[in-house]
Amino acid sequence: MNFDINAFKEKARQFRKEILETIFEAQSGHTGGSLSAVEILIALYYYKMKHNPKEPKWPLRDRFIMSKGHASPVLYVTLANCGYFPKEELKTFRKINSRLQGHVYTDAPGVEFATGSLGQGLSAANGIALGAKILKEEFNIYCLLGDGEIQEGQVWEAAMTAGHHQLDHLCAILDMNKLQQNGPVREIKNEEPIVSKWQAFGWYVKEADGHNFNALIAAFDEFGIANKGKPMIIIAHTEKGKGVSFMEGQAKWHGKAPKKEELELALKELGF
Amino acid sequence: MRESKAIRDAFGEALVELGRKNKKVVVLSGDLEDSTRAEYFKKEFPERFFNLGICEQDILGTAAGLSLAGFIPFVCSFAVFITNRAYDTLRISVCYNKCNVKIIGSHAGLTVGEDGATAQCLEDFALLRVLPSIIVLSPVDAIETRKATMAMADIQGPAYMRLSRVAFPIITKESGPFIVGKANIMREGKDVTIIACGLMVSESLKAAEALKQDGIQVKILNMHTIKPIDEKAIIGAAKETKAIVTAEEHQINAGLGGAVAEVLSRNYPVPLEMVAVADTFGESGSAEELLEKYHLKDKDIVTAVKNVLKRK
Repeated sequence: MNFDINAFKEKARQFRKEILETIFEAQSGHTGGSLSAVEILIALYYYKMKHNPKEPKWPLRDRFIMSKGHASPVLYVTLANCGYFPKEELKTFRKINSRLQGHVYTDAPGVEFATGSLGQGLSAANGIALGAKILKEEFNIYCLLGDGEIQEGQVWEAAMTAGHHQLDHLCAILDMNKLQQNGPVREIKNEEPIVSKWQAFGWYVKEADGHNFNALIAAFDEFGIANKGKPMIIIAHTEKGKGVSFMEGQAKWHGKAPKKEELELALKELGF
Repeated sequence: MRESKAIRDAFGEALVELGRKNKKVVVLSGDLEDSTRAEYFKKEFPERFFNLGICEQDILGTAAGLSLAGFIPFVCSFAVFITNRAYDTLRISVCYNKCNVKIIGSHAGLTVGEDGATAQCLEDFALLRVLPSIIVLSPVDAIETRKATMAMADIQGPAYMRLSRVAFPIITKESGPFIVGKANIMREGKDVTIIACGLMVSESLKAAEALKQDGIQVKILNMHTIKPIDEKAIIGAAKETKAIVTAEEHQINAGLGGAVAEVLSRNYPVPLEMVAVADTFGESGSAEELLEKYHLKDKDIVTAVKNVLKRK
């Protein structure tokens, strides 16, 4: 575990600002589920993953599949900050002729797989993992899922496939922000007990506070060591709308853009 | 009697040949490799074969991932499951992502027979025709199936091939051409053109023989590529014969007949009749009984030709 926690925290604050500005500029987009995944993506792109923004197609890069494709702003902001494309381009998000489509799309440099119809990313991640296994190539595959998303049946088909084929170079992360579009997950379709569900499908499961870099990175550090012969999933306990008091825990901020006053208030809360 | 062979057998053999030539070919099955003949590949290349179990959405998504890792995955299942059931995964994971995935839909059409309506895929052309980036093939016999299998592997991007359970008469030659998107002329005639695919091409040949007795000269196009449809051949046939009949083992709506109608009405309208399943589900029965009951026999094509000629 070697990282500068203060620098990461500052990065998270900056990313939240850019996510809000990007969605504000577009006047549409998915705010809540982007803000909940900020620390997860920073831990992946600045700590865990082996990748090279100057060579997005480097064959030995680790792969990241954003299965919850509606949270495109957090991925685009991360990729822009890494240097995959100019940050200026974030202003084109959701606009006509943009490379930054409303839901994650491969026109944006650094994006491996287009998503947006929920429940499809894990199967593709499995496919890459099977391919790497045949080729005996040493790279890892990461896949971010939403907790609303895993109500899709295909996720569990894929979970069974990964468990059966012992894809231990695959690490899924569940952004468990506890809310879906119309309310709390536990009220709409309860998914608990979540840990034993994944275990029952043959996965090594680790829970972590998804906003605490120490906890998240400790979980990532177990990947490749503790999950021999099993795919790993990190259940990241997060808050939808994290960082902005009036968005936190509010399902209505799932797919809503802030108005000017709301943006100003949010940025002020974030210390800008 | 003419020689016949199930096109799924020809596919199974071609897949092995392809596997020997190209190490990037991998095969995914939804626990139907015995039926689709993908088991021939499994026997020779077990390390490149995956039976992922009964989960068509997951299989297509996994295939998309394998293509991203540089492989050429062939997904082998029943047409009805891999198109109808897994449609959105096909749309997004495969087509929207332009993944180099090859989809084999076996046991298509009424001729799957006794299994009945749930297994009889009569919608695959309609469903796939509206998806950007995918190529749709429906070979006419065992010889053409081998060529189509090889051609699919050479195409960069998604492709689908429809196969059937029953034996198809062999009506093409090894030396004959097969170009994706280019219809083959099976017979020349000046009075009417029959545009058909799959099993219905051999039914059309029989119909043409019968019509000859009545002095009607029939041109036949083997439209082995449903998408992209060969517009030039359709317009050419319309200009030449001024009347067209389509024949397919598919729903009457939005299939080959629909594709031909779109081309004709946009370019060169002529009278058109369609031989296809009349907007109804199938049922159990032998392949032959079903073709008879649902009006997909040579005599139904003869009737359609006579009707279209009245409108000329």
